[in-house]
Amino acid sequence: MSERQLVAGNIAVAMGALAAGCRHYFGYPITPQSDIPAYMSAELRKLGGTFIQAESEIASINMLLGASACGFRAMTSSSSPGISLKQEGISYMAGSELPGLIVNICRSGPGLGGIDASQADYFQSVKTGGHGGYRTIVVAPASVQEMYDLTILSFDLSDRYRMPALLLADSLVGQMKEALELKPYTLPSDLPAKEWAVTGKLWRSDQRIVKSLYLGEGELEQHNWKLWRRAEELKEKEQRSEGKYLDDAKLIVTGFGSAARIAKTAVEMAREAGMQVGFLRPITLFPFPEKAFAEATVSCKQLLCVELSTGQMVEDVRLSVARDAEVAFYGRPPGTGSLPTPEELFAQIQKHYGKGA
Amino acid sequence: MKTVFSRPASLKDVATHFCPGCQHGLIHRLVADAMDHFGVQQQTIGVASVGCSVFLYEYFDIDVVEAPHGRAPAVATGVKRARPESCVFTYQGDGDLAAIGTSEIIHAANRGENFTALFVNNTTYGMTGGQMAPTTLPGQRSLTSPEGRDVALDGYPMRMAEVIAALDGTAYSVRVAVNSPKNILAAGKAIKKAFEYQLENKGFAFVEVLSSCPTNWGMDALAANERVETEMIPYFNLGTFKERS
Amino acid sequence: MPSMKVVIDEARCKGCALCTLACPKKLIRMSEKLNRQGFLPAVFPEACNQDCTSCALCAQMCPDVAITVQKEEKGGAQ
Repeated sequence: MSERQLVAGNIAVAMGALAAGCRHYFGYPITPQSDIPAYMSAELRKLGGTFIQAESEIASINMLLGASACGFRAMTSSSSPGISLKQEGISYMAGSELPGLIVNICRSGPGLGGIDASQADYFQSVKTGGHGGYRTIVVAPASVQEMYDLTILSFDLSDRYRMPALLLADSLVGQMKEALELKPYTLPSDLPAKEWAVTGKLWRSDQRIVKSLYLGEGELEQHNWKLWRRAEELKEKEQRSEGKYLDDAKLIVTGFGSAARIAKTAVEMAREAGMQVGFLRPITLFPFPEKAFAEATVSCKQLLCVELSTGQMVEDVRLSVARDAEVAFYGRPPGTGSLPTPEELFAQIQKHYGKGA
Repeated sequence: MKTVFSRPASLKDVATHFCPGCQHGLIHRLVADAMDHFGVQQQTIGVASVGCSVFLYEYFDIDVVEAPHGRAPAVATGVKRARPESCVFTYQGDGDLAAIGTSEIIHAANRGENFTALFVNNTTYGMTGGQMAPTTLPGQRSLTSPEGRDVALDGYPMRMAEVIAALDGTAYSVRVAVNSPKNILAAGKAIKKAFEYQLENKGFAFVEVLSSCPTNWGMDALAANERVETEMIPYFNLGTFKERS
Repeated sequence: MPSMKVVIDEARCKGCALCTLACPKKLIRMSEKLNRQGFLPAVFPEACNQDCTSCALCAQMCPDVAITVQKEEKGGAQ
């Protein structure tokens, strides 16, 4: 029987990580994610795990790299400026084929910006913020339950595909409280053994080396093709999205995370007003749910993408829909007072509804 | 006949990429000697850095994690915390440890992380072709200090063994050289001691090794070795700066 | 032929000559013939074997760990 609790989204991330067997946390204080290290510092001490408040974001991502290289589930959490600092380590983890969870409770920018809910780190997360060309898994929870569930999923996918996973949310989802069902977790039995993890050679005669440097003739090219093949397999198998009212939709509203929550309310308002409006929310941002968008736009040719930014995910939506579908955008740059209301989005729905062929 | 000196088992029987006279190979051998001495080759995880020492895994027959530039102490922290039963060492050069990685080494020492940190100071960025390092001596010419290091503009060489010794988290901090048989024997002892500190859970142990870089100093191996004695040691005094019992 | 006390792996020697500095009896000299790597390697002449005390300082000094040293066992046959 599973247990229900009223918790904040950030706490749900921490609880999900512990449920998934993560016992190593490395972080650095930054608003609005500080509930995660606070919770982890207390719980990991009880569990005999590792909690380190590092000297910097750079150190914390590299501690994560070290613990992950040893084969353990490990994580860090931060917010936008801190995630920028972690990009070096994320690139090295990707190059070294290391799993691990990086949580970004995104705040508004650029620079120091502000602490308001923001989705302006979409490009940085999905198009990869670090150097060298690689991919990371990116998930975008829209509820406290998903903060928990997708944290767990991130660990599983990250281990399976040997690439870092990013959980992208913001203070809206991170700090609101909702009921959370603590589903029991079991490690997927088909997860491959971590035969690459350093342990000291112990009984082995062969070395294990975790590295991203490949200087031999043709080595780096082969290495990159391998990373590419994994990303392609991920795209093939792991796209996730939530759809509602898509069957008869004349306009589909899309968005991720907190923007999708507000958009969903606006879609319900439209339905109550008798409008055939659908809702499609990417849950995984990488892999982007291209199939769901392609499928939905076979019949529906009008979309409205809503983001807490001036438009980033909309580019991937446009790449994924049928050629003759039109994708409109509505968003505002994040900052105090810029969070759109359901009424505001409903007005946008009214503006675009019925325009499609 | 009895063999009195041979290659340690922890060191692979391969040629190195190091330049003639470069003492990285010698320092590798001393580290391998320490692993053999304590019988910990099969328990050891090395953390490689960026620079000439990046190919640690090509020379040591142990498990290795390669760290980003300057981050070896942070990576080693993650490794040692995750696998406290293993023996962990870092191996960094002066650009890696005392410039881009200053923060990581200071805080790993200050937390008293229980691993062994090896620091090779040859007063230059070797791999990138001889730029000014945080340890380049006053007046020393380099690719980026063509008129010699001007302390008014470039600051002073950092004495890392003393800096690390000043931190309460440090258990052992020492500076040694490998320019003479006597100094090499002392260096070997210090490196063994730094491993012993870790194996006895005494905390952070730091060994700075003065080394030569004939190629980037523009000298032959013998002249470069001599420079360690005449120019480096007078600035970077050899000695034990911290030894917690 | 007596077993050599100092064996230098000529192919691995990079000709830095640091071993010549270390030998208290100055028994090691540099070859005039290039090795396979293109260096003039260090040589321990057979004639010096008797004078060598097997102190192994040459091997301690070698950056390329290219020297192996053996010692006559006390009272043992040559």
